[in-house]
Amino acid sequence: MLQLRVARTRRTALIGLAAALAVSLTACAESERESGGGQEGGTLVFGATGAPSNFDPFYASDGETFRVTRQLFENLVGIKPGTAELEPELATKWESSPDGKTWTFTLREGVNFHDGTPFNADAVCKNFERMYGQTGAGATAALSYYWIENFGGFSDGANPSLYKSCSAENPTTAKLELTRFTATFPTMLSQDSFAMQSPKAMDEFQANNVKAQGDSFVFSEYARLHPTGTGPFKFTSYDEANGTIELARNDQYWGDKAKLNKLIFRVIEDETARKQALEAGDIDGYDFPAPADWDSLKADGFNLQIRDPFNILYLGITQKNNPALKNLKVRQALAYAIDRESLVKSVMPENSEVATQFYPASVDGYADDVQKYSYDPERAKQLLREAGQPNLTVELWWPSQVTRPYMPNPQAIFGAIKEDLEGAGIIVKPISKPWAGGYLDQVEVADAQLFLLGWTGDYNSPENFIGTFFGTTENQFWTSGSPWGQQLATAIEDADSTVDAAEREAKYQQINRDLMSKYLPAIPLSHSPPAIVVSPEVQGLVPSPLTKEEFAAVSVSSPE
Amino acid sequence: MLQLALVVVVLSVLIFGWLRMLPGGPVSALLGDRGTAESRAELTEALGLNDPIFVQYFAFLGRAITGDFGTSTGVSPGKPAMELFLERFPATIELSIAAILIALIGAIPLGYLAARRRGGWLDNAGVVGSMIGISIPIFFLAFLLKYFLSIKLGWLPTGGRQSPDIDATRVTGFFVLDGLLTREWDAAWDALKHLLLPALALASIPFAVIFRITRASVLDVMDEDYVRTARSKGLTRRIIRDRHILRNAMLPVVTTVGLQTGALLSGAVLTETVFSWQGVGQALAIGFERKDFPVLQVVIIAAAMAYVLVNLLVDLSYAVIDPRIRTAQKVS
Repeated sequence: MLQLRVARTRRTALIGLAAALAVSLTACAESERESGGGQEGGTLVFGATGAPSNFDPFYASDGETFRVTRQLFENLVGIKPGTAELEPELATKWESSPDGKTWTFTLREGVNFHDGTPFNADAVCKNFERMYGQTGAGATAALSYYWIENFGGFSDGANPSLYKSCSAENPTTAKLELTRFTATFPTMLSQDSFAMQSPKAMDEFQANNVKAQGDSFVFSEYARLHPTGTGPFKFTSYDEANGTIELARNDQYWGDKAKLNKLIFRVIEDETARKQALEAGDIDGYDFPAPADWDSLKADGFNLQIRDPFNILYLGITQKNNPALKNLKVRQALAYAIDRESLVKSVMPENSEVATQFYPASVDGYADDVQKYSYDPERAKQLLREAGQPNLTVELWWPSQVTRPYMPNPQAIFGAIKEDLEGAGIIVKPISKPWAGGYLDQVEVADAQLFLLGWTGDYNSPENFIGTFFGTTENQFWTSGSPWGQQLATAIEDADSTVDAAEREAKYQQINRDLMSKYLPAIPLSHSPPAIVVSPEVQGLVPSPLTKEEFAAVSVSSPE
Repeated sequence: MLQLALVVVVLSVLIFGWLRMLPGGPVSALLGDRGTAESRAELTEALGLNDPIFVQYFAFLGRAITGDFGTSTGVSPGKPAMELFLERFPATIELSIAAILIALIGAIPLGYLAARRRGGWLDNAGVVGSMIGISIPIFFLAFLLKYFLSIKLGWLPTGGRQSPDIDATRVTGFFVLDGLLTREWDAAWDALKHLLLPALALASIPFAVIFRITRASVLDVMDEDYVRTARSKGLTRRIIRDRHILRNAMLPVVTTVGLQTGALLSGAVLTETVFSWQGVGQALAIGFERKDFPVLQVVIIAAAMAYVLVNLLVDLSYAVIDPRIRTAQKVS
């Protein structure tokens, strides 16, 4: 009995202690809630497929970061919603000198950054000087990817740069000097990385303070907490513990103000979890639903919008380590052996198209009259015999652990191509590696004989597609290993520096014809459209072929 | 403690070497299909991945001593790996505690009742149910739970830790506790609702295992002489249950609970992924996919430490439960 009482007393003491602890904890934990806050306009929660890397678009190259920064920032030139065409944004008009090296931008008046700093020519030049003036970690491709791809070098002069100088003629006129003409300018300025950011905020929060530390990078306070643009939404917070990014309407916006009160991006990494979150009403929409889910989403009443395809999937061929592949006839035989019509019909998502060349028809310089390779296994066999390769053996590489908009199901695509190649008597050795676990490494050094890869366009320019693939001879296709590799690179460079638009168009068309008949460094397979899905309550979302959706015009009606 | 230090050192060498010997790496993960030969080479150099592995390891050790464990490259780029771990660890602990509580509160009474009414309907249902609990894959169970409870009935959210439109104050990183501490009852309730489904899914295996062990253990103990003696002494049913049967039957159960708690982390990898639960399990899954070496290193080593600690606690709790162990220690 005594023992029992002791036990009970001890228990009581414990409860007392726990209660005391709870009370003392409560005393030191105060709610930091702000009262009030309007609810008009509604909130949209959009499912993001991954966490953004940071919020300074200049240091980003991934779609999940741009999905957020696109709502916060604007560029000198913009993209007309639903198209890949240029339209005025922060610049109302622009004109170039006859040699195409001096560009004068007339700026929109009455625009302020979110922190109240006025947007003017001075701010434009400060932005360009900041981008051009990167040093150390900031000047590496991991951070300044888009600058390096488009402008080349930095102010240290280690590599030639397209950028020369910027001057503010008056508050509404900014003049940019380039070192050469390129057909990609000023369209390239529409890319998210070249957004106009508040010079004051960038100074105050040390935007350029990025460091390479150990085996990775540390971003600045600006990039993590204080992105400041001119866009229709303002940055509120990034709650990493809950995986949500919250933006609020910019009530001082110069144009049509955003309809939503709040725009929230919620990170849901798992594909099935995103779909179920939409079905349960936890989110109002998400990007890149798997093609296998398209029908069921539509059947459930969701608004599934298929974009116009702006990408390319190709079967890459290396000139490096299988001598048979250096023979044009062998490469043409591969092209005839593959039934691309049935690939697109049976394996690729709805609205996919067979690719006749290395970019879709909406891009400048597209040629209708390129050599086409319709499915013809007999012709393939004959070409192989002519080439002295009747028993051709090739390695066919495909990546696992990845889906890309141009390649929603690598394994199925691989399976279809393998079957086709074997149908033409080719012996196929399949090799599969994880995407970030060896595949890209070896494809990039041209170890993979035949491989699946592709590209999503950043903006409407042939340079962005074929310039990226074949503009230098150091590439996945090892075009330096064949005499035509340099010819091709030179022709592309020549076309890009041709000032006359009609002449340039003709040159690109000729390059596309040559690519398909004389060179065939890879086999274009398909353009496949990525989709975006929203609940029926969401109005005003215009899908963009460049996957650059803006949410300013979007609204949500409550289901009640 | 020595054991713990040894585990950490040996494991850090193994993990460090093993991660870097896998094909691919953070460069491919970061640049993806946009990488060129030039940019890849530059990034590899910038990240110090060209150095021999032992040079990288000692550089890592040198920084680790100063508390710098590297910054994330894939899970949350630029964030210090230790900070990321500390921020996400409460999420995993919260989920694990909820899961183990569900398992304990449910499985031990059920196991006891099943044993007392051996062969009854509860016993049969429990045995069959626990077989299903052990064999059903977590992702499938998660899918079913979400399908019925979230999508069809709309009772519970499908994922995440809190609704994004709730303005919650963060204190400890345990969202339910935070809501209680700050008296933001709606935030606590919301966090609890988010916790329930993942905790149920994660509890499925420990629930089933603990149920079976409790049942088997109680069956064993009920046949013991001292139980019969107690009964013949005329002790009340309740005292026999609490002091003779349950107490003795608990020993194997506690061992199992310890092992299961350790195993929760592997279950958490799947559960957190399918429920978008921002914990260390999810960081582990994403980290592997994106080859985030610093995060993987910190998380795996910390998980090993947690495992060792939990089992230490289990060893200590034997003494509390079983007086014989206590006495043995005193005598020796």
